[in-house]
Amino acid sequence: MQWWFKKSPFSKVKRSEQKIPKGLWIRCDNCKEMVYKEEVERNLKVCPKCNYHFRISAKERIDLLVDKGAFKELDSGLTPLDPLKFKDTKKYLDRLKEAQRKTGMRDAVVCGEAKVGGYPVELVVFEFAFLGGSMGSVVGEKITRAAERALEKGWPLVVISCSGGARMQESILSLTQMGKTCAALTRLSEAKVPFISILTDPTTGGVSASFALLGDVVISEPKALIGFAGPRVIEQTIRQQLPPGFQRAEFLMDHGFVDMVVARKDLKLTLVKILSLFGRKGEADGFR
Amino acid sequence: MTVQPLGFEKNIRELEEKIVELRSIGQGSQVDLDEDIKKLQKKLKRFLRDTYSKLTPWQKVQVARHPMRPYTLDYIREMTSDFVELRGDRRYADDKAIVAGLAKFEGITVAVIGHQKGRSTKENIERNFGMPHPEGYRKALRVMKLAEKFGFPILTFIDTPGAYPGMGAEERGQAEAIGYNLYEMSQIKVPIVVSVTGEGGSGGALALSIGDRLLMQENATYAVISPEGCASILWRDAAKAPLAAEAMRITAQDLYKLGVIDEIVKEPLGGAHRDHKRAAAILRRVIRRHLAQLIQKDPEELLEERHKKWRAMGVFSE
Repeated sequence: MQWWFKKSPFSKVKRSEQKIPKGLWIRCDNCKEMVYKEEVERNLKVCPKCNYHFRISAKERIDLLVDKGAFKELDSGLTPLDPLKFKDTKKYLDRLKEAQRKTGMRDAVVCGEAKVGGYPVELVVFEFAFLGGSMGSVVGEKITRAAERALEKGWPLVVISCSGGARMQESILSLTQMGKTCAALTRLSEAKVPFISILTDPTTGGVSASFALLGDVVISEPKALIGFAGPRVIEQTIRQQLPPGFQRAEFLMDHGFVDMVVARKDLKLTLVKILSLFGRKGEADGFR
Repeated sequence: MTVQPLGFEKNIRELEEKIVELRSIGQGSQVDLDEDIKKLQKKLKRFLRDTYSKLTPWQKVQVARHPMRPYTLDYIREMTSDFVELRGDRRYADDKAIVAGLAKFEGITVAVIGHQKGRSTKENIERNFGMPHPEGYRKALRVMKLAEKFGFPILTFIDTPGAYPGMGAEERGQAEAIGYNLYEMSQIKVPIVVSVTGEGGSGGALALSIGDRLLMQENATYAVISPEGCASILWRDAAKAPLAAEAMRITAQDLYKLGVIDEIVKEPLGGAHRDHKRAAAILRRVIRRHLAQLIQKDPEELLEERHKKWRAMGVFSE
């Protein structure tokens, strides 16, 4: 650093970035650099400086992966209830209402039939902005139904996870969704219908510890946080700091739990390639 | 066996101490104190019944965590014979936070698998306080597969604060190990009877829970996260754990109302920690009854019903 850049303790000059109009520039969560917002948008919400993948909404994700106009949403009417009458500092019902207003969704996943590169799939996409993408009864039910439709039609199931885990406000009912979704996957597997699991930042807790890591193929976006326990919980337990990169996508690939780490711009092409390799159901039969 | 008193058992402890005192006086002298002792014992019973019939969720958490509560190996000893422990996941290591093996239960060979806490500090360190690593879940699954191969029913016992949140556990795939158990257990072709005997701690408990019957002892708990964990996230204060315990509906009675478990299993008066033998005898009878129904079914019927049971979990509107 040049000496004239050093901040004098007497200086009253405000730092320059505070003069930048709000909204034009954003600070990258990863490299902390100021980046031009429009450039980030154009770059599929990936930081042009450090390649950090910003979190995107379920809608943006569908636009990114699905062929134009080839998405039909299903089960959008499934609505969460509050069977435990849960209340912490706020009522669960109020938290739900707030999340519903914010996202325009009834719960934390969008499901439906889609075409990706011409291949029909059953698609499930998590919305992190809805209570951290947490899995309660509705999320579990929608994933299960998507798996059942995939089974019926013989279309591959593609789930794009972005979730902190099971939803605390439905406690045991959230926990049992882990068993329910996994049970649905075993049937899919027996019927030899492919399940492709795409992990994005973050995929942890009850979502990683149920269906998310059980894909026939597991893909992750770069640097996504993937793990059972959150890093803070681990640090509190072992009373030391975790090394950089711990529980990130690349770490999981090195340890054998993720097949590939794929940049957002290459995600659709990769998915299409994989779908083409699995082919349509029964396609390989003629070859024999 | 000394029972360490819990915070809410003050009057019970005082009575128990008085009875011990009277007994020792009675032994050393000619004074007949039997009548007084009997009276006090009656009173003690009443105290126990009163206290234990209206435990708060947080008090149940304390009972479920009581250091003298019977653990899996206690139940195996009391309920089965010829237990042979099987160790290791054949991949990495043997995790002592989960015990597994074969044994005779009511005359038939079964696989028994459960979390195992320790009683002394030394044993708890060895058993990691009943918090498994991935190899524990993989060992459990290996023994379940073995049971399936030879047609042995499976009994599991759930009592864990949760799967261990440590570096090694993450490196070796804690999440994958749990998920894979859920996935595989849903199609194991032999009956699985699950008994929640203590703390049902989140995914770490669920990984041994995908069965045909879910039984729960009356003072056991089962939740998506520990009350302390829930409190520190939602209230930003772990000391609010009693509130979280209430909000999450973690008791056997709550889970029965929610339709998650099949039966609440009674415990001896004053909790299972007061009488291991009796606790085991009651649980044994209930397991036996369910197992007798399950072994009648052919594998397809069994799997279909298990699938239906888990398919129905959850509450929502449409």
